[in-house]
Amino acid sequence: MDIERRNNVTVTGNPQGPTVVLAHGFGCDQNMWRLTVPALAEDYRVVLFDYVGSGRSDPAAFSEDRYATLDGYAHDAVEVCDALDLRGAVFVGHSVSAMIGVLAAGLAPERIGALVMVAPSPRYIDDDGYRGGFSAPDIDELLASLESNYLGWSAAMAPVIMGNADRPELGEELKNSFCATDPDMARVFARTTFLSDSRNDLKSVRVPTLVLECTQDVIAPREVGAFVHQAIPGSELVTLDATGHCPHLSAPAATNEAIAGFLAGLR
Amino acid sequence: MCRTGQPDPHDAGDEQTSDAAFAALLEDSAEELYESAPCGYLSTLMDGTIAKVNTTLLGWLGLERAAVVGRMRFPDLLTVGGKLYHETHFAPLLRMQGEIGGIALEVKRAGGARMPVLVSSVVKHGDAGEPLLIRTTVFDARDRRAYEEELLRGRKAAEEARKQAEADRARLQEALAVLQQSLLPATLPPVPGVETAAHYHTASPDRLGGDFYDVFPVDGKRFAFFLGDVCGKGPQAAAVTSLTRYTLRAAALHDPDPVSALSTLNKVLHERYTGSGDPRYCTAVFGTLEPDPVTGQVAIHLASGGHPPVLVLRADGTADFLPTPGGLLVGVLPSARFVTATTCLAPGDTLLLYTDGLTEARTGQDRTSLYGDEALLAFAARHAGKSPTDVIQALTDLLDGFGAGLDDDTALLALGAPAPTL
Repeated sequence: MDIERRNNVTVTGNPQGPTVVLAHGFGCDQNMWRLTVPALAEDYRVVLFDYVGSGRSDPAAFSEDRYATLDGYAHDAVEVCDALDLRGAVFVGHSVSAMIGVLAAGLAPERIGALVMVAPSPRYIDDDGYRGGFSAPDIDELLASLESNYLGWSAAMAPVIMGNADRPELGEELKNSFCATDPDMARVFARTTFLSDSRNDLKSVRVPTLVLECTQDVIAPREVGAFVHQAIPGSELVTLDATGHCPHLSAPAATNEAIAGFLAGLR
Repeated sequence: MCRTGQPDPHDAGDEQTSDAAFAALLEDSAEELYESAPCGYLSTLMDGTIAKVNTTLLGWLGLERAAVVGRMRFPDLLTVGGKLYHETHFAPLLRMQGEIGGIALEVKRAGGARMPVLVSSVVKHGDAGEPLLIRTTVFDARDRRAYEEELLRGRKAAEEARKQAEADRARLQEALAVLQQSLLPATLPPVPGVETAAHYHTASPDRLGGDFYDVFPVDGKRFAFFLGDVCGKGPQAAAVTSLTRYTLRAAALHDPDPVSALSTLNKVLHERYTGSGDPRYCTAVFGTLEPDPVTGQVAIHLASGGHPPVLVLRADGTADFLPTPGGLLVGVLPSARFVTATTCLAPGDTLLLYTDGLTEARTGQDRTSLYGDEALLAFAARHAGKSPTDVIQALTDLLDGFGAGLDDDTALLALGAPAPTL
């Protein structure tokens, strides 16, 4: 199988530099990193990809069974690293991808040498003595929101949006196409993301890890950031002066500075 | 409307009226329009903090201006599901595209009620291109959402029904596959000193046919074979086919004499279906074959119950029917007379059994031009001397050539004494 095509892999930046993999979270695709790539491109080789079921990945590769757990997505990440034969790459994951990075580092320790977790949460739903910020009915409400917003998706447009990695100009004309996803695949990703519980995986992290949290983030509140930081031995926590769940878009300068500083420390 | 420099005197009265109406309209200031527009207006800082909001939206929310401006962020107005959607889709898209339109969300109203809305936002940029603020319009989508939910419900119900139908279909196909195996042998058994070949065409889409054939050993020296045609087609005929096939097999093990086997079948069918209101009968040829390992010849004894005569294709390039006239349909009368025939296949000779789907295939537009016995005999003569496999292949091609003209089940069975290898 052609993984680079399946996951719409993009390789850019400095071919001689250490490799940084940028992994998008639930919602949109690798375009989320558009303000991050320029900050890293001079010194690092930058790898971007779309998880199967998102962006311009190959819809034919989607399987509800495989992507019903975060492991399925972690295998996507590992297979991308395998396809490019990466060694000791830095995996920068946003939102649920931060946890997918933890799982991928466990699956392929030789491939992933460090983690940057942007606005991570190991569990979104409240539990005994743990506050993730959401209840199960909240997640059902999100699934309903997904149903009401196909974001320009229609079966007729699907091949244009997802099947034409080689003809990106087709997709550019479509509004909202960065977040356009087959509703069935989006529902699976949403369920897998928001019903997951990866708290126990945090303590197994053995690589240098940077946790980035925002001052005001509905999806990953500060106490969750603190939980992740405490659970990962030796991790570093940086609180970005940013509102919302996407600091790489809303506060790109501060986010890039934090990532670049961490990367420089690894060299 | 096109105005000229000269007012039309006839128009003067109308002109005055419309000017007055226009003047009244101009009383509607931009400020008034903003506050009381039939949609909600909202301006926020880039972090979502609400800087300005119109009266219409405050009315929908049931909130005082002082409680909102500078105190709440746009996502605070949304339900939790809406907040999640805002953070994962709306906000990133707005950042990437500078605008976003027609997103379905729900706002919370004072008192806990929710109101479906459609939200569009655009980012206002400064001179240097830096994002300054977000302008948002909010439309009342209550009626529209109710209708969409109806559509979604309908879509879900249709999806459920489709999945159920697919599951049912898969289950039925599995059951059907098992049943089909009871109607026809998957492969013919090897018969020492005899080459066999068969072909089956079913006219029913569920592949349940009313024609049947089989070849099986009856004792150390002899094999039995049969081929026939149950009246009708489809599942009802297939049920009779199954009964017929197993009755003939059981009867032959007891007594392989062709007349005896057909008589047993006659009795079984007659008893089973007489008085059922659904009389069922069939035509059939039943026979035994006994190869002689020394001479390579095969002795054939057969009997026919109302079935078209079998064909013998000789190695010398001739072909003939082996007549079995006057045999009765099997299953119609309590006891029936069957007609016997014998022949001997020399090396290179082939015995061909067929059902009337072949001879009654339409070769023209209507029922008046059928393929017929004569054409079949001529066809057989052209292929006389060929192996059973080749003969069946030629006939299969012939059947395919009939296309829609072949509208009945058709079974073909060829048994041959192999020609000596040179």
